Amino acid sequence: MRTFCFLLLAGWLLPAQAVIEVYDFDSPEKEADYQLLIDELRCLVCQNQNLKDSDAELAQDLRRETYEMLQEGKSRQEVIDFMVARYGDFVLYRPQFKSSTYLLWLGPFLLLLIVLVLFVRRLRAASSGPAEVDETTLAQARDLLEQRDDKQ
Amino acid sequence: MNRFIMPLVIFALMVGLLGYGLSLDPKKVPSPLIDKAAPAFSLAMLDAPQKQLSTADMMGQVWVLNVWASWCVSCRDEHEVITRLARENLVAVIGLNYKDDPGEAERWLRQFGNPYATSVIDRDGRVGIDWGVYGVPETFVIGADGAIKYKHIGPVTNESLEAEVLPVIRELLS
Repeated sequence: MRTFCFLLLAGWLLPAQAVIEVYDFDSPEKEADYQLLIDELRCLVCQNQNLKDSDAELAQDLRRETYEMLQEGKSRQEVIDFMVARYGDFVLYRPQFKSSTYLLWLGPFLLLLIVLVLFVRRLRAASSGPAEVDETTLAQARDLLEQRDDKQ
Repeated sequence: MNRFIMPLVIFALMVGLLGYGLSLDPKKVPSPLIDKAAPAFSLAMLDAPQKQLSTADMMGQVWVLNVWASWCVSCRDEHEVITRLARENLVAVIGLNYKDDPGEAERWLRQFGNPYATSVIDRDGRVGIDWGVYGVPETFVIGADGAIKYKHIGPVTNESLEAEVLPVIRELLS
């Protein structure tokens, strides 16, 4: 039984290992660039996976394309430009900083700034000393307190 | 009463924003190639493999490139719509047979009918990558100046043919 289970498991695991292709690189730098790129480029078919994790045919093709471009001596930026020219900014998990992405990059800081300003204003309002109360209200309050004292 | 207004306004804005987000289709990635020159290719024709068709041959006329494959299930649904488009005889409809086995592709055309002026073979999908293809079927309309004017992702339906593809073509022809 145990052998059977083992064989069954092995049968499952072998094809899973076979999916990611192995590329030989001229230099360790190129291999590092390759790993970085397939980590940062999005697979367009299965949209929440990067090229590294995806087994889609297009992801395999784009990995091949990335590999070949790096082997030809192209830089990391050239590969990124190649992908963006064809698939748009959407292929990048880390979009470039430009006019159409200002809000995306700066939005969180803008929100933080707004919240901080509101917070400081509220703190100031709370610490601006005792509120001014006119005499009649004070007298009323005194009366109420005295009444409570009488009852006890 | 007044203190409820601000949270209510913020809530309404959030609902509006998220509601708008729901109406968008995340599978539709806008192509950066619109109004840019169509990526050049020169590929063997499916029906005459010794001959090549290139983008330069199509220069000066409005044409349609439809990306299809025999393994693509929704291409089968789209097939009758592409046939309708071809029968309008407005423009040449060229097929890009994407990552397909040529034998299978020819069998597919014999079985369902061949709407294309010709189909070219993109066996390893490299031309597909140049054109930013990420899901088959996809349909491009290219102007007489050689620039991509319109891209449809996914199968063209009768409705989208009438509402989008044909108006674009008619405007380019006029």
